Amino acid sequence: MFPELNNLLNTTPDRAEQGKLTLLCDAKTDGSFLVHHFLSFYLKANCKVCFVALIQSFSHYNIVGQKLGVNLTMARERGQLVFLEGLKSAVDIFFQAQEKPHPLQFLREANAGNLKPLFEFVREALKPVDSGEAGWTYPVLLVDDLSVLLSLGLGAVAVLDFIHYCRATVCWELKGNVVVLVHDSGDVEDEENDILLNGLSHQSHLILRAEGLATGFCRDVHGQLRILWRRPSQSTSQRDQSLTYQYKIQDRSVSFFAKGMSPAVL
Amino acid sequence: MAAVATCGGDAGSAGSAVATGSKSNVTSFQRRGPRASGTNDSGPRLVSITGTRPSVRNGQLLVSTGLPALDQLLGGGLAVGTVLLIEEDKYNIYSSLLFKYFLAEGIVNGHTLLVASANEDPANILQQIGPVSSSRFGHYYDASKRIPQELIEASKWHGFFLPEKISSTLKVEPCSLTHGYIKLLQFIQNIIYEEGFDGSNPQKKQKNILRIGIQNLGSPLWGDDICCTENGDSSHSLTKFLYVLRGLLRTSLSVCIITMPTHLIQNKAVIAHITNLSDIVVGLESFIGSERETNPLYKDYHGLIHIRQIPRLNNLVCDESDVKDLGFKLKRKLFTIEWVQDNYLRQERNIYPPGFSYLLKQKDSAWGEGSLQHSTFLMSFLAKATAFASRLVRHSEPLKQTGSGRICQAAGPRLWHDGRRQEAPGLLGIPP
Repeated sequence: MFPELNNLLNTTPDRAEQGKLTLLCDAKTDGSFLVHHFLSFYLKANCKVCFVALIQSFSHYNIVGQKLGVNLTMARERGQLVFLEGLKSAVDIFFQAQEKPHPLQFLREANAGNLKPLFEFVREALKPVDSGEAGWTYPVLLVDDLSVLLSLGLGAVAVLDFIHYCRATVCWELKGNVVVLVHDSGDVEDEENDILLNGLSHQSHLILRAEGLATGFCRDVHGQLRILWRRPSQSTSQRDQSLTYQYKIQDRSVSFFAKGMSPAVL
Repeated sequence: MAAVATCGGDAGSAGSAVATGSKSNVTSFQRRGPRASGTNDSGPRLVSITGTRPSVRNGQLLVSTGLPALDQLLGGGLAVGTVLLIEEDKYNIYSSLLFKYFLAEGIVNGHTLLVASANEDPANILQQIGPVSSSRFGHYYDASKRIPQELIEASKWHGFFLPEKISSTLKVEPCSLTHGYIKLLQFIQNIIYEEGFDGSNPQKKQKNILRIGIQNLGSPLWGDDICCTENGDSSHSLTKFLYVLRGLLRTSLSVCIITMPTHLIQNKAVIAHITNLSDIVVGLESFIGSERETNPLYKDYHGLIHIRQIPRLNNLVCDESDVKDLGFKLKRKLFTIEWVQDNYLRQERNIYPPGFSYLLKQKDSAWGEGSLQHSTFLMSFLAKATAFASRLVRHSEPLKQTGSGRICQAAGPRLWHDGRRQEAPGLLGIPP
């Protein structure tokens, strides 16, 4: 996790909010650093994490996680992390017939399927174990990323249904958190992606939007991060507060600064 | 079969405890040297494979694309386990050239090749290139010579020619992938499994790289209608193919090049999907037949090369190059890529020798008819790291050029130190 981002979001692993849906989106840049941040954040917060990783392999997240101070292999072995490796599962499901329903069953289907098997998998992974061992604080579902599901033939409505079911189970029933990443196609006319993005934006409590700079590539400022808090909690009087920062990604951390205040320019 | 990795799964077990049917967790992203705790040293020794070298950034295994100029732009080479997608130029001249460079590099290094094409016999493709000279990493290929026949025969290659592999009657489960794509995926998976590139077979310890080349993927010859209509029946066939291919590559010692006629794809959203599902995306734009052929800025270049995406593998950062306007030119032996403005600046530097101050009137731009951005560009080039020249001052003798001529940074605060200029000693000197 990035300490500077924790400061901006005003959270620490000890006192993070529960029952929230966080939407990460990126436009014209790569927002995967946010996924790494939240993965290490929730692992350090001692949560039970179910990570649906559709776009990269386990070792990729593991190596980056080690730079951020978490060991995914150990977390997986002791049961804190349930990792669904989409790429490996896709190869298995494509070349070998499966007896029981597989979370990524829709890959084999000719017409647009639904994500019910995937939801069953998530629910099974995050349901509280009654034996009372190794008390994890609360469950977290992390999905990287949902746009892959759209490009594999699912409709935006199917993906929205899946998120709705996950929210009902994880956020409301189990008092956990859900974090998802969606790519914003920007000026390209992608209707399904826009439906998905708009639908999720209305449901989320926190939106982190990583954008490339409008003026193009810059070596010292990699992009701009917009933070939008929605659905304010009852006690404080935050009302759809929005903040914008620029950031630069380094080898082991990301540094944030106000717009125009990059250390390279000052 | 447990396709889901839960606790106590097969992640950390060594290659000896591999059950039949399940693959050991050999990925190509392994560090050289001491491994992370908890995993035994499974899989082949990656250090000793010919034609590969570890990346300086994180020890990832890299292979050459066959074009040293492109290797430099990609941060040293192509990472093993990734897909290089080349968006074809309009007449498929230079993209097929890059394709052949890639394959020739594999032959020269002794890698196993897998060539897939729907319109040309793979045996013909392999004969069309020949090596000339080698650099430290990668070789330079002469487009006019043919590769020595014995080299091809000595190398191991598998060809997939679509018209031969498709038979008319074949019972296949209705899946939304085109028949051609299904056959190709099965072919690739077969080769990877049979020859042990994925490390699943403990007997066949493979110490070689599999180079996969797929030509004109997405064209109608593959049975895909993505280039013909906007919302066809098989609109997700290609993306599913890329996804399963990515899964195959990530778990094996292979690297793949795909050329795709993206300029023909009707639905632009699909191109965004394809870009997200590929690792490196390079677009080629040739000047043949376009009005850019006569633009003086692009004189001597045959086209532009756009590096659209570079992956961040095992890392938060990636090796993006600073320079975005890259042009390429093909002399007989050399395919070079350089910053487009370099050529222009070479000419301009003769007209405006350094060490002088210049008053730049807007009409003086050599480009267009006094367009503002061109003269601004020229002015900033001439200014280099110094403040803008705004007086016409002639010194007794011109000074040696100090900078490289490329714009590296704007005028910064370190220009002024103690109230006196440090960086440009000549411009404000009082003539004797």
